[in-house]
Amino acid sequence: MRFVIKNEKLIPQKLHKGDSLPISQLETIPQQPPLNTEFTYNPDLQQFLTGKQLLFDDIPFPLDEIQAHYESGYVTYRKGIDYDGKRPVCTRCGNKDPHWFAVSPCSRCGETCHYCRHCIMMGRISECTPLIGWNGPVPDTKPPAKLNQWQGTLSKGQMEASNHVVEAILRNEEHLVWAVCGAGKTEVLFAGIEAAIAAGKRICIATPRTDVVLELTPRLKAAFPEITVASLYGGSEDRHLFAPLTIATTHQLHRFYHAFDAIILDEVDAFPYTVEESLQHAAVQARKPISAMIYLTATPNEKWQRECRTGKRLFTTIPARFHRHPLPVPEFVWSGNWQKQLKKKKLPANALRWITERLEANKQALVFFPHIALMEKALPILRQFAPKIEAVHAEDPERKDKVLKMRAKEIPLLLTTTILERGVTFPNIDVAVIGAEDTIFTESALVQIAGRAGRSKDHPSGVVTFFHYGKTDEMLKARRQIVSLNREGIERGLLNT
Amino acid sequence: MNSFSQDHCLICHDIILPAIGWRALFSIEKEHFICLVCEGKLEKIEGDTCRICSRSFRQLDEQFRDGDLCHDCFRWEGDIEWQGFLEKNTSLFLYNDFLKEVIAKFKFRGDYLLAKVFTDSIRGKLTQMAFDQLVPIPLSEERLYERGFNQAAALLAVAGFTPSEILNRIHSEKQSKKSRSERIHVPQVFKILPDMNLEGQRIVLIDDIYTTGSTLRHAAKLLKEAGAASIQSLTLAR
Repeated sequence: MRFVIKNEKLIPQKLHKGDSLPISQLETIPQQPPLNTEFTYNPDLQQFLTGKQLLFDDIPFPLDEIQAHYESGYVTYRKGIDYDGKRPVCTRCGNKDPHWFAVSPCSRCGETCHYCRHCIMMGRISECTPLIGWNGPVPDTKPPAKLNQWQGTLSKGQMEASNHVVEAILRNEEHLVWAVCGAGKTEVLFAGIEAAIAAGKRICIATPRTDVVLELTPRLKAAFPEITVASLYGGSEDRHLFAPLTIATTHQLHRFYHAFDAIILDEVDAFPYTVEESLQHAAVQARKPISAMIYLTATPNEKWQRECRTGKRLFTTIPARFHRHPLPVPEFVWSGNWQKQLKKKKLPANALRWITERLEANKQALVFFPHIALMEKALPILRQFAPKIEAVHAEDPERKDKVLKMRAKEIPLLLTTTILERGVTFPNIDVAVIGAEDTIFTESALVQIAGRAGRSKDHPSGVVTFFHYGKTDEMLKARRQIVSLNREGIERGLLNT
Repeated sequence: MNSFSQDHCLICHDIILPAIGWRALFSIEKEHFICLVCEGKLEKIEGDTCRICSRSFRQLDEQFRDGDLCHDCFRWEGDIEWQGFLEKNTSLFLYNDFLKEVIAKFKFRGDYLLAKVFTDSIRGKLTQMAFDQLVPIPLSEERLYERGFNQAAALLAVAGFTPSEILNRIHSEKQSKKSRSERIHVPQVFKILPDMNLEGQRIVLIDDIYTTGSTLRHAAKLLKEAGAASIQSLTLAR
């Protein structure tokens, strides 16, 4: 869209003829018009736009109405694409990699226009695309008298973390909760959410995966039955719901701008660095300049671990699981050149024995492989022992189905790539990694994988075995991390002894 | 290829590994826009096809076939009001789930650059065809504003051809929301721009997808009646 500048205000060219330019090519955007308190704003538009950054295409209100709100200071226009020197930067997703930009002739501005390919699935942002936000008063939300209906009790470790979360939220601080797999992270958040809402704050839980959003939503709705909870993921119906509590995929944060007084960011370490960078950008945009940020993870990366050790980052660990049993410590077993064996349609003898023992004892197990191709070579070999063995990977259309079957104990052994390294819980399983030396198995991946075993209180232990062709640093670091968390659990009296 | 930056697949954005070997060393390097994995997911239309619309007979049940025509074209050609206008349609790829996604991203999300993916195939086909004008199926003005560009014209322009934008479209509902009979029995949705002399012109119509052939036949009829000598069409998908 092209804009005319008149009387220090932006006017879409559609509404006013004159010398116009695509918004990103304007040298500077005039200062936001002052808030005209005489103006009667549209409360529906207010609900729709508060804390957002949207495109005209996303907003089902007429252009002249949006423009009237802008001229009275209630709506903001920002450049969808800005420049760092000459290099374009996408304002919404933070992309500045030239690979992710392209040019296109554009019927909206009549020029050849740069656009961002990185976030194009959320609606195209090009040089003539304004990002539209709200600058007026925020909708009134009165917190109900009784908020938290959750009846459960917290473990000692959870309680400590819960108190720190409340403090951080009320003081607008950053805090890392480093909680082992199976510690019960969600319950740790309830008190913090309650405190935030009671204080009139708007809060968001962001997690990388849609599955987690879907799982958390009913739990939080049950804990806070009196408040509106918006559940956001690609294609969800709550997209325009204004709510004091939002549960969203990290990706959805791209549509928010200065929206939240507190963001709880789950599993920050789950992505490769470049993706993580974009999601960090999204989180920074979505939070208010003065706000709290709670990071939740079972496996902080090395940099964060170092910052914790050197006192540069406020954090709380929950080193023990809710059932007060230690984390299973992985054992390392050398299995020679297993890839060469696979080429001859064989598995290393010790790995095969590990598997057949479990098949005979009727003990379910997850077996991780570094790559799909290798896993698919192993599948027919193993099916000779039990035809019901299955394999899953990220693009498997039957992935959900197979996970459900595994949970229903219809599959004796499930082969998998790292896709099942986190998030999924089976109550009573053993875990093996074949080819643990592969670079895909980082410290955090291996800690997560080991964390799949011993999850339920009825079966709190499980065997974790890493078969390898040469120990790696990552394997050693993973084991060291698990051992030291167990030690801390004992020292703090969080484990049964 | 630029030796300082690695090429990324335009579809999946993975890094494209260059082919290494004597042929790669000594021949003029062909630019690669997509990786081998994505390339493998595009299914070329080959083998036995309908004489007119190039629908593949391979997956088609015998009952939908009439000699060298598919049943749809047989019906079109049996209707005196429509017969003979569209001489031949050529489609490049099967409209499978993968291509569906690529085309949706290209035209609905506006990822113009994806037109490059098809440049080679389009050039290959057009060099085998004799024509005077390449006419992209137009969008209505509203739709054009919404999308940012006309996908058919974009395919041509990116492949290095000059589109002759001589047709106008009167705004109507989206084609994809209509049934076959609704599509056929609509009044003419196209208009030829004023002062066009099409006498004796061999025209190739360009569109992204051939579904029922109704769009192309409407345009073909109009152009033929305005004096064009022959009308063929080329679409990405069928």
